[in-house]
Amino acid sequence: MNKYITAYYNDEEDLLKGLREILKKGVKVADVLSPFPVHGLDTVLGLRRSRLTRVAFWGGAVGAILGFGFQAWVFTKAYPLNFGGKPFFAVPAFIPVTFEMAVLFAAFSMVFAYLIHNNLGPGSRNVIHDERITDDRFLFVVPIEDEQQAGAIEETLKAAGALGITLKTKE
Amino acid sequence: MDKLTFVLKKKTVTVLLVMIAVGLLAIVIGYFTGTGGNRVAANLLLNNYYFLSMALIALFFVAVHTVAQSGWQMTVQRVGEAMSAFIPVGGLLLILFFLLGGLHTLYPWTHEEHLDEILIKKQPYLNVPFFYIRLVVYLGAWSLLAHYIRKSSLAFDSLGQMSYFSRMRTLSAIFLVVYALTSVMSAWDWLMSLDPHWFSTLYGWYVFSSMLAGGFAALILVIFVLKRMGYLELVNDEHMHDLGKYLFGFSIFWAYLWFSQYMLIWYANMPEETIYFIERHNHFSGVFYVNLILNFVVPFLLLMTRDSKRVFGILAPVSMIVIVGHWLDLYMMIMPGTVGGEHAGFGLVEIGAFVGFLGLFGLVTFWMLAKTPLAPVNHPYFKESMDYHTNY
Repeated sequence: MNKYITAYYNDEEDLLKGLREILKKGVKVADVLSPFPVHGLDTVLGLRRSRLTRVAFWGGAVGAILGFGFQAWVFTKAYPLNFGGKPFFAVPAFIPVTFEMAVLFAAFSMVFAYLIHNNLGPGSRNVIHDERITDDRFLFVVPIEDEQQAGAIEETLKAAGALGITLKTKE
Repeated sequence: MDKLTFVLKKKTVTVLLVMIAVGLLAIVIGYFTGTGGNRVAANLLLNNYYFLSMALIALFFVAVHTVAQSGWQMTVQRVGEAMSAFIPVGGLLLILFFLLGGLHTLYPWTHEEHLDEILIKKQPYLNVPFFYIRLVVYLGAWSLLAHYIRKSSLAFDSLGQMSYFSRMRTLSAIFLVVYALTSVMSAWDWLMSLDPHWFSTLYGWYVFSSMLAGGFAALILVIFVLKRMGYLELVNDEHMHDLGKYLFGFSIFWAYLWFSQYMLIWYANMPEETIYFIERHNHFSGVFYVNLILNFVVPFLLLMTRDSKRVFGILAPVSMIVIVGHWLDLYMMIMPGTVGGEHAGFGLVEIGAFVGFLGLFGLVTFWMLAKTPLAPVNHPYFKESMDYHTNY
C-alpha cells in the first residue's frame, strides 16, 4: 500500500488515449497532474462533477442571511439612526451590503473548501512527482495495492506508451 | 442526416392565423364593450414594442456572435435570423399605429395646446415631426441591417465566398453600434415619453436589459417548438446550456438595473422622480412585486444549477415565465402613464393583443425559416458548433 508508480505523457491526446487503454485493463489511476485543464479528462477518469458549486450556494446563502440580519438588527435595535427621514427598516438600503456579503461568503467558502479538500494551502505538505508537470508533462499516479503486481502494471503502462515509469515509495 | 428543411404545415399556418384573428376580434370586442381607446392603444404599443424587441434581440444575438467570431451558435443561427425578419413587419405596424392616432392618444407632449413649462423646454426633442424622423431612422436602419445581415449569411452558405463572411461581420459590427444608440433612444421616445415630466438616465439600458431577457426566452422557446416538431436535432444540450446561461445572466442583469434605478430614486427622494414609483407602487402594487418575482427570483433560483439549463422540462417553463414577466415589466412602464391606476386591468384586450402579436410573430418567423435550410452546414465554424462542449 506504500508503493506507487508515476508515469507521464508528453501530449494531452496521448494522455487521453493511453489512460483509456490503461483503465480498460483494470489498472486504477489515482491522480493526473497536468499543466493545464485537459478537455475530456473527467469523462475518461469517470470523475463525479465537482460539488464546489453547492459550497458556493450555501456559503452565499449564509452570507446573505448574515448580512441582511446584521443590518436589520443594527438599524432597528442596536443603533437606530434617522437617515433623511427614511424608515429604520429600509430594505432597499440593505440590499447592496447583503449582495456583497453573499458574494464574499460564496467566494471564501469556495476557496477554503477547495484548499482543504485538495490538501493545499498553508501547512500542507505535498510531494512533487515531477517538476515539469507545470510545464509540458502530463503525469499520472498509479497506486500499487499488491507488490506482486507491480511488474505487470509497469508492463501495461509501457504497452500503453507511457514514459518515465518509476516505482516510488510513500514517504 | 438531419431534417434540414423546415416544412411549414398548413395546420401550423391555420393555428397562427386563428391566433391573429382571435387577437383582432378580442381587441375589437374589448374596444366596443367599454375598454377605453387609451387602454387599447396602450396594449397595441406594448405588444408591438415587445415583439419588435424580441426580433431585435435575435438579430443582436446573431450580430454579437458574428463579431466575436464564435462558432457554437451556428446550429441556432438561422433561428435568430428568421426571428429578425419580424423587424420590418413590426416596424411597419408601429409606424401605422403612431400615424393612426396612437401618438396623439398616448403621448401627453403631443397635445401642444396644453404644454406646461417643462414640456415646452423639452420641445426641441419631443415634437411630432422630429419624433417621426427618428422613428423612420431607427426602423429603417434596423430593417436594412437585418435584411443585409441575413442575406450575406445565406449567400455565404450557398456561394461560399469569404467576401460574404467579412461583409456579414462588418454589417454586424455596424448594427451593434447603431443598436447601442437607437435602442436607448427608442426607449426614450416610445416608452419614457409616456411620462414626459419624469426622466431617468438609466432608462434606456433598463429597457434594453428587460428586452434582452425576454428576447433570449423567446429564442429558447422558438427552438423548443422547432425541436418538438422534430427539427433542429443538431441543437443539443450544450447549446441549450449556453442559451440558458444567457437567460440566467441577463435576468440577473435586469434585476441589477431595476434595482439601480429604483434605489437611486428612493434614496434621493426627490418628488419629481419618486412620483414614477409611487404611482406604480400604490396603484399597481401586485404587478410591482410579481414583476420582481417572475423576472428575477424564478430564473435565478430555477436556472442556477447546471442540469436545469440542459433540461427542456425546466428551461422551457422558465422561459415562458420570463416572457410573461417581461410583458408585465413593459406593462408597468406603459400602463400607469397612459391608462392610469383606475382604468388599467387584465382583460380581453390584454390577452387578445398578446395572442394576436404572438400569432403574427410566429407566422413571420416560421415562414422565414421555411425559406432557407435550418443550419448553415457549409460554414467553416459549423463543425465547431457540432463538437461544442460546455462544462459549467
